[in-house]
Amino acid sequence: MSATKRLFTLCAALLLSGIATANPNIQHWQTSNGARVYFVPAPELPMVDVRVTFNAGSARDGDKPGLAMLTNGMLEEGAGKLNANAIAEQFDRLGANTSFGSLRDMATASLRSLSDEKLLQPAVETFAQLLREPSFPADALERVRKQMLVGLRHESQSPGSLGSKAFYRALYNDHPYASSSSGTMKSVLGLSRREVQAFHRHYYVGNNAVVAIVGAVTRKRAEKLAEQVVGTLSAGKAAPALPAADALQKASSQHIEHPATQTHVLLGQPGMRRGDADYFALYIGNHILGGSGLVSRISDEIREKRGLSYSAYSYFSPMAAEGPYLLSLQTKTESTEEALTVLRATLARFIADGPSEAELIASKKNITGGFALNVDSNKDILGYIAMIGFYGLPLNYLDSFIERVNAVTVSQIHDAFKRRIHPDKMVLITVGENG
Amino acid sequence: MPMKKWVVLHGLFLGSTLLGLSACGGSPINAKPPGETRPVVTASTAVEESHNHAVHEFMLANGMKLIVKEDHRAPVVVSQIWYKVGASYEHIGITGVSHVLEHMMFKGTKKHPPGEFSRIISENGGRENAFTGRDYTSYFQQLEKSRLPIAFELEADRMRNLHLQEEEFQKERNVVVEERRLRTEDKPSALTYEKFMATAFQVNPYHNPVIGWMDDLQSLTLEDLHSWYRTWYSPNNATLVVVGDVQPQAVRALAQQHFGRIPPSTLPAQKPRREPPQLGERRVTVQAPAEVPVLIMGYKTPVLHTTDEPWKAYALEVLANVLDGGDSARISRELIRGKAIAASAGAGYDLSARHDSLLTLEGTPAQGQKIATVEQALREQVARLHRERVSAKELSRIKAQVTAAKVYELDSVFYQAMHIGMLETVGLEWQEAERYAERINAVTAEQVQQVAREFLTEENLTVAILKPLPISSQSKKVGRHVSH
Repeated sequence: MSATKRLFTLCAALLLSGIATANPNIQHWQTSNGARVYFVPAPELPMVDVRVTFNAGSARDGDKPGLAMLTNGMLEEGAGKLNANAIAEQFDRLGANTSFGSLRDMATASLRSLSDEKLLQPAVETFAQLLREPSFPADALERVRKQMLVGLRHESQSPGSLGSKAFYRALYNDHPYASSSSGTMKSVLGLSRREVQAFHRHYYVGNNAVVAIVGAVTRKRAEKLAEQVVGTLSAGKAAPALPAADALQKASSQHIEHPATQTHVLLGQPGMRRGDADYFALYIGNHILGGSGLVSRISDEIREKRGLSYSAYSYFSPMAAEGPYLLSLQTKTESTEEALTVLRATLARFIADGPSEAELIASKKNITGGFALNVDSNKDILGYIAMIGFYGLPLNYLDSFIERVNAVTVSQIHDAFKRRIHPDKMVLITVGENG
Repeated sequence: MPMKKWVVLHGLFLGSTLLGLSACGGSPINAKPPGETRPVVTASTAVEESHNHAVHEFMLANGMKLIVKEDHRAPVVVSQIWYKVGASYEHIGITGVSHVLEHMMFKGTKKHPPGEFSRIISENGGRENAFTGRDYTSYFQQLEKSRLPIAFELEADRMRNLHLQEEEFQKERNVVVEERRLRTEDKPSALTYEKFMATAFQVNPYHNPVIGWMDDLQSLTLEDLHSWYRTWYSPNNATLVVVGDVQPQAVRALAQQHFGRIPPSTLPAQKPRREPPQLGERRVTVQAPAEVPVLIMGYKTPVLHTTDEPWKAYALEVLANVLDGGDSARISRELIRGKAIAASAGAGYDLSARHDSLLTLEGTPAQGQKIATVEQALREQVARLHRERVSAKELSRIKAQVTAAKVYELDSVFYQAMHIGMLETVGLEWQEAERYAERINAVTAEQVQQVAREFLTEENLTVAILKPLPISSQSKKVGRHVSH
């Protein structure tokens, strides 16, 4: 459930994009109330996916951590005259699936339905109603609040969640990314229905929405669908840009004592934003260092050569503001020092020497050679176009991806890592026994 | 996430996602001539149009089964090889050996040194991984379609030519021990599930966790692995499943070329290992540092493979969906909303296990509620299934969901392959997937009541409870420093 992991999934999807030939043809327009729509026709299967992404993630929580998540979590609890049972029944009886999510940058609402109009039409109508007129029933709100509290207790028994939350806090200080999307016990207890209503009114609006549609519908139907889903929201305003995240001024470390046989190690710093000028150099560099599974340097040193960890890796999470750069592993308590030393040394060597030409070629082959796999399902394509839309990436992003990957040189990577990655100013979090 | 080589833990946490990593490579194809094959069955299924989603089944002369499903939506292919071996084939003393061997399958053959398999697939833009379950061990590659021969060449090589080395084994065993710590030792809900299964089953091999007991892992030897490998890794114990933008006859020829010359072996006879009647409720408590209590209840049930009356397995499947098939199902409606007793709760049934299994109910109390209240409410749900027939509305909702899910499943070539491979490997046929919707649709309210009364009984019940011990989480700054 860690937000970091979910974010990473989104990022990984976007990172590995691009092919010359088989890319989906992305159609783009705006609804009457300002929502940006991205559509890829996929006539092969009789189904439709719709995802609405609002710039309404927990970065907008202000001094009410958990507010964005509570608001998003309440959407299926009542809308117009429908209560939660009626909503659930409606989707289940139509064979439609919905899902809702809340991250730091965004809040999402997704619908998957068969494309048969007898099913699609009522599913879309109900879905639209959830976004437009959620009723936030008071009793449901208390129940969802309690569910969030249990979720928080879950996080506090998981070394991974404890580590991740501490990592963000230490990385971002007073930046909105510092606090967790799930809030704190205290903040969640303090959230009011009025605040939830206001958050919805302010952020779930046309100008703050991106609609992605993939499926067996015509352009004309897709246009109507987009209008149905978000066209009746008030136009409102787009959320303002988030402040930049400050670079860390000095190294820090924090140990969280937790009863466990392993120590979780998290090392890192603020990384980069979407659309960063160094994006490709940093992305490919990290792919070599710790982003390509067992063949990456970190996994090779920690797991393959020494058997110290099941999972050792690094990644950038490019976000609206500078998302984190994280290097992480878990190892038995007594190996913590050894594993951390190897991790730091592997990073230091990479920054000092850069990658080899052979490593760069291998990574490029990996990224470009399997691109077709990244767009081989409606689900994948939906993820890409929602991301492209939300972060305002160019419509030819997928088409130019391979070219831009291939253009990266060893010296660009070496240079980008030297300028951007500072092991002497990193945050270190350890969670385990006897730090 | 670098989650290479992992275990699939079945039962409570159904639907573990199985997605691979990205890897790549563009290497030359072996140009051996295709050998002889005997097509056994060529069955076409009419899921949609005839040419798309057609399934073709072949048997190589050495006993290896090949199943090819066409899906021409995208220029990609997934190749999965499924061995009929997994934790349920093991005995105490060597538990975890299937999974450790799965890890070692990436550690080189005479032809390819350790790590090269992954490097080659990676350089071909491929994703690869493997997973071990109770009833199977499976290896897969996802590739752009022209690169299928690379996967076959490597997979055929390691079916018989694995070079098991002591030094690599020692390191990899440590990796698996770390994996066990991560997945089980430090995860109170997983620890509870492990004790739950070990309590419910005393003889049936589902008693043992897929990853193995810690002591067995630590005393495993290279010879244990050798012996396991020699015994189970052979063409006549494997099903190769290929789904994607491919021509079935070309895949058949390619499979013959790479796998056709591997000689079959004699497989050991399987003992039934059936669980004796339970004769009374069992309870187990797990005390571990945690914040959130967990309740798991399981009733012993037959599965499709073990029952003479397949409708019973499907009726149990419907029963699980009556309780937990969507947000409008009974558990969400009545326990999570309604009385607001549970923060989360669910029901699960594993239709496609190889041995008798369980219908499980699980739950976490809502804030301020007691675990006993959740247990009471779940027992009341069971009593109601004994007492009343499920409604026509519920059955029709389940049918609508199954119909839709059948289409949605086609969005993933990986999942389509997985479904075929799993059915074949547990002793069913891939056609069972095609019949699934029809079989579900045929289930009646009377049948659901009948299986509830027959199997959901107290003498068949095992209950496990996680009782949290206090965690004293505290954090301390261990100083700020400028490092190297």
